[in-house]
Formats: sequence, structure tokens, C-alpha cells
Amino acid sequence: MLDYSEKYSMEVADGTPLKKSLARSLRKEKLRALALIAPLLIFVLVTFVLPIGTMLTRSIDNSIVEEILPRTVLALEDWNEKGDELPNEMVFRSFVEDFQDAIADKNHTKIGSRLNYEVSGMSSLFRKSARKVKKWDLTDNAPIKQKLIEVNKAWGDVETWAVIKTHSVALTNGYFLNAVDMQRTPFGAQAQPENKQVLVKLFIRTLKMSLIITGMCILLGYPVAWLLANLSNRTSNLLLILVLLPFWTSLLVRTSAWKVMLQNQGVINDLLVWIGLITEGSRLEIINNQFGTIVAMTHILLPFMILPMYSVMKTIPPSYLRAAKSLGATNWTAFWRVYFPQSVPGIGAGSILVFILAIGYYITPEIVGGTDGIFISNRIAYHISSSLNWGLASALGAILLGVVLLLYWVYDKIVGIDNVKLG
Amino acid sequence: MALDETNNAFVRFDRVQKSYDGESLVVKDLNLDIPKGEFLTMLGPSGSGKTTCLMMLAGFETATHGEILLDGVSINNIPPHKRGIGMVFQNYALFPHMTVAENLSFPLEVRNMGKSEREAKVKRALDMVEMGDFGGRRPAQLSGGQQQRIALARALVFEPELVLMDEPLGALDKQLREKMQFEITRLAHNLGITVVYVTHDQTEALTMSDRVAVFNDGVIQQLARPDMLYERPDNSFVAQFIGENNTLEGTVKSLTDDTAVVELDGGLQLQCEPINVDNVGQRTRVSVRPERAELNLNNLSQDACTLTGTVQEFIYMGDIFRTRISVAGCDDFIIKTPNSPNQKRLSPGQNVKFGLNKKDCRALDP
Ligand SMILES: Nc1ncnc2c1ncn2[C@@H]1O[C@H](COP(=O)(O)OP(=O)(O)OP(=O)(O)O)[C@@H](O)[C@H]1O
Ligand SMILES: [Mg+2]
Repeated sequence: MLDYSEKYSMEVADGTPLKKSLARSLRKEKLRALALIAPLLIFVLVTFVLPIGTMLTRSIDNSIVEEILPRTVLALEDWNEKGDELPNEMVFRSFVEDFQDAIADKNHTKIGSRLNYEVSGMSSLFRKSARKVKKWDLTDNAPIKQKLIEVNKAWGDVETWAVIKTHSVALTNGYFLNAVDMQRTPFGAQAQPENKQVLVKLFIRTLKMSLIITGMCILLGYPVAWLLANLSNRTSNLLLILVLLPFWTSLLVRTSAWKVMLQNQGVINDLLVWIGLITEGSRLEIINNQFGTIVAMTHILLPFMILPMYSVMKTIPPSYLRAAKSLGATNWTAFWRVYFPQSVPGIGAGSILVFILAIGYYITPEIVGGTDGIFISNRIAYHISSSLNWGLASALGAILLGVVLLLYWVYDKIVGIDNVKLG
Repeated sequence: MALDETNNAFVRFDRVQKSYDGESLVVKDLNLDIPKGEFLTMLGPSGSGKTTCLMMLAGFETATHGEILLDGVSINNIPPHKRGIGMVFQNYALFPHMTVAENLSFPLEVRNMGKSEREAKVKRALDMVEMGDFGGRRPAQLSGGQQQRIALARALVFEPELVLMDEPLGALDKQLREKMQFEITRLAHNLGITVVYVTHDQTEALTMSDRVAVFNDGVIQQLARPDMLYERPDNSFVAQFIGENNTLEGTVKSLTDDTAVVELDGGLQLQCEPINVDNVGQRTRVSVRPERAELNLNNLSQDACTLTGTVQEFIYMGDIFRTRISVAGCDDFIIKTPNSPNQKRLSPGQNVKFGLNKKDCRALDP
């Protein structure tokens, strides 16, 4: 009898075990769910994950040297780049052979500009030497070392060869080292010369200014969000439109408007001079510096702070404040002990949003930032479109991503990520 | 006498009016005295201004006109947090980010009470509502009835003399509601606090209160003890609103100080208590409670009238029988009779004779 009931409970009607048939039916459901999200998944994969992935691999990918100068790299293996002796004849011959192949394939400028990231002058060295090396006949086995050094005496410099050897590895940490103001040398990782150290400073400035901007957005946004959540529906809709109004104009226009406002002969300065607060000669420098960037970006990012705050505050019933007051709390205590803690998830969501947007902002610092108000993204943009050092740009981007994830983790530890609500 | 009354009233609404939009009055000329220790319920249909009155008393709305006095002192200009009035909200309004104990401790903290004293009071309040073991929980981890009790404890923990409750049991199921009704009245009487209670559930009002103020359209229609309210309604609104009621329409034929003879629209004449009728010839509605119709004609008093009607419907309801009769132009005259062994069961179509005592027929406004 017991046997029967046990058997009965573990099997469905047709005799298959219960677990198996449950798993089967669940699998069907999962597949259906997967099919529903498949288009989005593919879209995200193709347009987002893949490009970012390939971009990030560029930050360590250095196969170009090995590909263009394969024999040279091989021959250089036995050479001691830390000594002060030039490589031997064999290395020079391999190099010239590689070089001629590269010229034929029109690849020689690529290797030149790759090495130019590390030592300036490399690009022109390769370009200039190519004109002569191109016509050399190597079949006569004549010594080639001296001949090359005569073409450009840089070839007789140990450092030139050391650079080639140091940067011949297929996967390099060089870009990341560069991104934090260091460099890959024959003697290991070393600090960049003082005058080239800009990136760490830029990182710190980016973080600091993003924090300030986030803080300003909290200060300015909180009362607005509170008003929005507590006014009657009609007025709050009107106010909401005012908050969203900036989204209807182009970012470029808004930023340029700040330029008009803040520049030396701009509206603010004119006004201050007119009411006599400052004299004609002491007009304020409030643009093309950090101040300008902070003002303009706070304005542009403010809606991203207000909206999450508003949607959280909207869900806090006014009866909580009333309850607090009926229990004897003053307006301030009621706000601080009862209302504010419940609005923290909105502040959290807004802050994450604004901070992450700010840390990667580009257009506004570019336009109103001058030299000391630009962000790390401006540097990334420079390396992508002007210096074409995509490896460094990727390394900078990867570090930025890492910093954001790190801060996200810290936030989770301190505030708790489930304490973030968008409504 | 007037002076005496002023002293007696712990809470006094003095000609209070309230308008939200400046066009219509939500509360029209409210006069209400509540003595200390009374359990007073404001009862009325939705939108009749009950919450508004409570909010004016608590200080969250200002009276457009008139004065509210607490213990003889006008509180019009005293902010809510200084009024020292406990309040239980309809949705409880327990602070979700605090534990139960922290919720209870809050009113004591804002009064700068010491830690040990706070803890003792919180514990006592929790024990009072039999929730002693729940201090460490968050409100979200409690059932509706438990939250309700915590809200009650929080409103009482700082020992206010006046506690306001706005439909505190609205969200509970019937059984729990009845249990809580009992607990609230027990606590209120034990502590000797004055309670102003808002509900639109008439059973709740009748079972809990010392007095009930029936609101309609911003006006108190009747203010009386529950039994008076049920048995001696002042006007047709109260008669209709409280309990089940039969209405017979007619015209006043003759009128003396203690008797009004009403000719019903169906042609019959009925002797009534003249409550809201002033002169002969006037239209009136006669109100009769369903259980007051007497089928046993031997039990009637001398001033009773006998009517004959036709049974339309007979419903067996367990403890009572409910019979719907058409009589005197009224198609849905209800008679309730107790289910006793010798009570006859009527069947539809049958003619039935029943009597109405004069004191049970109240001639009210049309
Ligand atoms: N803040 C407000 N602004 C404008 N009108 C209001 C406001 N609060 C209430 N009213 C109006 O005042 C009238 C009385 O409302 P009140 O809340 O006092 O009713 P109530 O008797 O408590 O009803 P219920 O039983 O539904 O709670 C209603 O007509 C309502 O529309
Ligand atoms: Mg109400």
C-alpha cells in the first residue's frame, strides 16, 4: 500500500517520473521565453557587446609588430636590449627584409606610427628610410648594418632597437601603462617623464568634477523633485514640462548657450558690470575652465537627477509626514527622519545615473572646458580621432569602465543596490 | 448653563466651516462638544466631510471660519506637532524604514525622552496591544491586523489625551475588524482617553461609540447615543442611513402634540409620533423598523393600527425570517420575525395582517 502511494506520487499519469516531466515542461517554458527575447539579445550582442568587446581587446592587442616585422622580432630575441651594444648584422638584414616586404604591402607607415606612440620620431624615421631602403638589392649579401645607419643615424642608436624589441610582444600591457602615465621599457614598467604625465591627473579631475556635478544636481534637484511630487497634478505637469524642456533642444545648442551666458563679454559678466558688482577690468573668468564645465554640465544633467527622485517621491504618501507631525515631530524632524530616508533610493538612482553620464561626458567639456576643464573622455576622443592611438584610447576606456564598476560595487556595499528605485 | 457646558467640553467645534475651493462648503456650520473620555464616532456617507473635520482637529487643514477649542484653548493657530493629539491613519502610515520598536519610539524621541524610559514605554505599549515579540520587525513583515495594532500603539504610546482615528479598520476582513473594534473600545475605556473615530460602517459606529454624529453633506444630521440613533432617528436621512428601514409616504391628516395621523398613499391611516412634521396637509415619510411590525395582533398596544398586505417574497435567513410585503402603495415593506417554533412561515401571494404601534412609527421630513 505504501509502495503504491509512493510510486503514484512520483510519477505522472503516463508513467514518466514526476521530476522529468516537470523539467520537460519547464524547459519548454524557458525556450519560449528565450525565443521572445532573442531579437533583443541578438541586437544587443551585435550592436553593443561585440563592438565594445573588440574595442577592449585593442587595449592589449599588439600583434602588429610581430606581423609586420616577423624575422626581426625573431632575430632580436638573442639580443640584449639592456646593454649598449647594437644588434648584429643578422638582425639588421632581417629587419631590412621585413621592411622591404612591408613597403611592398604599404604597411611600413603603420608600424612607424605604432612605434611613434612610444617614442616620437619613429614615424618619420620609418617614412624617410623607406624611400631609400625600397630600392636596395639584398641578393649580393653585402653588409647592410652600416648602410642602414648611413641612411639615418637613428638606426645606429641602441634605443631604437630596444623600442622595437620591447613592443614586439603580441599582448602588451603598454597601453594600460601609458594610460596611467607609465611606460613599458626594457627595464620594466617605469613612470613617464614628468612633462608627459597628464592622464592620471585627468582621471582624478574627471572623478572629482563628476562628484561635484552629482552633488550640485542633488542639491538643486531635490527641492524641485519635492515640489513636483507635492504640487497638484496640473501644476506639477506644467513644472515637469519645464524640467523636460531642455531635452527638446539640442545638446550643442544648450552648451553653446552657456558659452554666450558665461563668456567674458557674456550676459552674466555684462549684468555684474552693469549693477556695479565688478568693474569693467575685472570681468570674471567663468568659462573655458572647470567652473564653466561644472555649471553647464549640472544644468544639462539635472533632469536625470530630478526624474528618478520625482518618481520615488511620488510613491511616498503624504500621510507619513502627517503621521510624523501628529506624533510630535517638527516640520524639519518629520522631513529628516521620515521623508528623507524614504527618498534616498531616488537620490541613489539619480546619482548613479548622473555620475555615470558625467564621467563619460564629452561634448560639454569640449566646448566650455578650455584646457583645465576637460575630461578624460576628451582625451579618449583625441586618441581615437586625432592621434589614432586606439590602443591607448581603449585602455583609457577600459579603466573608466573599471572605475564605474568599482564605484558601483562600493555604492552597493555602502547604500545597497536594492536601495535604488526608479519609481 | 452655557458656561458649564464650555467647561465640560474637551473638544469643541464652534461654528466651524470649511471650503477647499472657495465655492462650496464641505463643512457647514459645525457645532460639536465632546466631553473628556467620550468615544465619539463620526459616521456618514463618502464625501460627507468626516475626514475634513478630523484633519482640522489634527491641524492638517485650517478651518475657513469658526474656532476649534481643545480643553478650552483655541487651537486654530497651533501647529499639528504641538497639539499632542494621537492619530491613527486609514493606511496606518507606519514608517516603512523603521522597525516596529523604532516606530513606537519616534514620538518619544522627538519629545527628548531618555533611552531607558523610552524602552520601557515602548515595551508597555507593545504589550498593551499584545505585540510584545514584534518589536524588531519591519511594518512590511506584519499582517494587516498586526500593522493596525502597531499603529494604534504608536498613537497611544506618548499618552495623548485625545486620539483621532480615520477609518482605521477599513482594510481588515470582517472577523478581524470585529476583534479590533472590541480591542479599541477596551483600550480607550481602560486608558480613559477621548476618541474621535471616523467610519462609514454603521455597525462599527453603533457597537463602539458612546455617541455617534451622523454626517451628511457637511452637516451633522443627528448626534445621539447609538440606541437613540437607531430607535429615534431625527430625520429620514438618519432613518435610512442607520440600519434597515421601511418608508411609507403619506400626508398629515391631523396633528396634536403627541400624535400625527398620516394618510398613507395607499389609502390607509396610521397613527405616528410627530417628529419632523409641523402642519396638517404636509407630505411626510413614516419610518418603521422591520422588526417592529407585529404579526401577532394580540401583542399590540391600544394606539396601534392594523394593516393588510400581500406577501411578495419570503426569505429564510436562519435566525430570522425576512418577508417582503406590498402594503399601502409600498412594494418593499420588510418584516423581520425571529425564527421561533410557533412563528408561522408565510408564502408569496398570501394576505397578511400586521400591526404597527404608534411609538414605532415616526413621521419624518419628506
Ligand atoms: N484636499 C482637498 N481639496 C479639495 N477638495 C477636497 C479635499 N479633500 C476633500 N475634499 C472634498 O471635500 C469633501 C469631503 O471630503 P472628506 O474627505 O472630508 O470626506 P469623507 O467624509 O472623509 O469621505 P470618505 O468616507 O470617502 O472618506 C469631498 O467632496 C471631497 O471631494
Ligand atoms: Mg475620509
